[in-house]
Amino acid sequence: MPVGATALAPRDPALPARIALAAVLLVLLWPALELTGFDPRKLFETGNLQVMGRFLGTFFPPALGADFLGLVLRSALETLALATAGMALAIALAVPLSLAVAESLSVSRIGPSRGAWLRRLLRAPLRLLLVVMRSIPEIVWALLFVRAVGLGPAAGILAIAINYAGMLGKVYFEIYEAGDTRPARAVLEAGGGRLHAFFYGILPVSLPELVSYTVYRWECAIRASVVMGFVGAGGLGQQMELSMRMLEGGEVATMLLAFFVLVMLADGISALLRKVLT
Amino acid sequence: MTAGAFVWRPWAVLGALALAALASVAFLGVDFATLFGRDSVRQMAEFARGFAPPDASPEFLGRTLVGAAETLAISAVGTLLAALGGMLLALPAAGRWGRWLRPPARLVLNVLRSIPELVWAVFMVLAAGLGPFAGCLALAVHTAGVLGRLFAETLENAPPEPAGALRGAGSSATLAFLYGTLPVVLPQFTSYVLYRWEYNIRMAAVLGFVGAGGLGQMLYVSLSVFKTHEAATLLLAMIAMVSLVDLLSAWLRRFLGRSGA
Repeated sequence: MPVGATALAPRDPALPARIALAAVLLVLLWPALELTGFDPRKLFETGNLQVMGRFLGTFFPPALGADFLGLVLRSALETLALATAGMALAIALAVPLSLAVAESLSVSRIGPSRGAWLRRLLRAPLRLLLVVMRSIPEIVWALLFVRAVGLGPAAGILAIAINYAGMLGKVYFEIYEAGDTRPARAVLEAGGGRLHAFFYGILPVSLPELVSYTVYRWECAIRASVVMGFVGAGGLGQQMELSMRMLEGGEVATMLLAFFVLVMLADGISALLRKVLT
Repeated sequence: MTAGAFVWRPWAVLGALALAALASVAFLGVDFATLFGRDSVRQMAEFARGFAPPDASPEFLGRTLVGAAETLAISAVGTLLAALGGMLLALPAAGRWGRWLRPPARLVLNVLRSIPELVWAVFMVLAAGLGPFAGCLALAVHTAGVLGRLFAETLENAPPEPAGALRGAGSSATLAFLYGTLPVVLPQFTSYVLYRWEYNIRMAAVLGFVGAGGLGQMLYVSLSVFKTHEAATLLLAMIAMVSLVDLLSAWLRRFLGRSGA
């Protein structure tokens, strides 16, 4: 050790300040800790320890029976299928909604026109609808649809469709506005309508970006679908929830592995598709 | 783009998606004609009508407020624990504690991160019992994986010169880290933690579905016993909370952006 080191900086000069800051944070956080019933001792209560220990003990070996593997494969495919079908429905909903709310496609942008205020008035509730669709998380939609149409993939499809239509709709119309809007304006000035302006002014410019975002969302939809199964909306999640309730660790282990494979597969396909686009 | 050059690639991808969608519907065997048929739609409309009006009794509004506060607390405590845990794991994962600790630390981070919060929540309900504490732990474990990886990347990309200079001048490894590395990476760390907290507020609202406390647990219970008016209030509270967080974070980001951070 160099001679001057201990004399110059024996310890951290800012140590008292750091401790004070941590103490202040802890005091500020105290109500939150109270509210969440924060108590690490609960983890070591004998009852909890026993249940958890037995459960974790059954994780190895993973369940690999032919029947069970078949079930897992079927559930994984179901997850993939319900995410894809939900996405297709979401796109079908999002495209008209995003077209309706896009300002750059508005005829009133090129000058005063009759009834412009009325159309602006109509656009406001549509925007609100998009906000509501996307601010309720997909798993809450799934819970509601399970109550409305029963257990199974139909509820999952509808949940993905509604939530993702809200998200896609918002991003689609942001993409329209972010791109070059002059072609659309030119079409409008030449007397074209909203749809003409979209197909000839906006779509050629922004299609790659639109598709790329859609593919990315499809990847998210697959992750979301697994989790949605926990409230009974079909697929791998529903099976996983059952196995967890029965404390069948081996089955849970197999299904977690299947989940990783599924997510990696979706990652791969989505990366490939997006590479094709650029 | 030259005139007349038809962009076929996006259309090809769209076509593939359409085919996949058709195959999916065929595989699932969901009968869309019945699903969107008159009976089913009427049933859904009836279900939806059952939610109005939301329960606005002061007693229940009070409970909703407590539930919202609980959700917020779960997200705050969970994210903070995750930041501490992520930091502890990021140091070995960035190779700060020797080369041989790096791969196992990365493996741990990957496992923590790839298991979804809701699965962690089921585990934690088993390990710590029903209630918000389980939700905290579930968020903490998953988020520690996410933040740990981001922290490790930031640490690896941080310039080694300041810490190296301090080491050369004879300071200890800890002090070199505190004065040479930490000031460089701290703004990035803070912004990661804040971004993750925002995300976790949404997540904390739904973790309750498996019994991990907060608004989600209240919603799940009230739907299970068909108290739809209460459920409506809770849904509105959820929307309000998510929108508020959105607005606040957008405002905060603009504010931080302007101050040159």
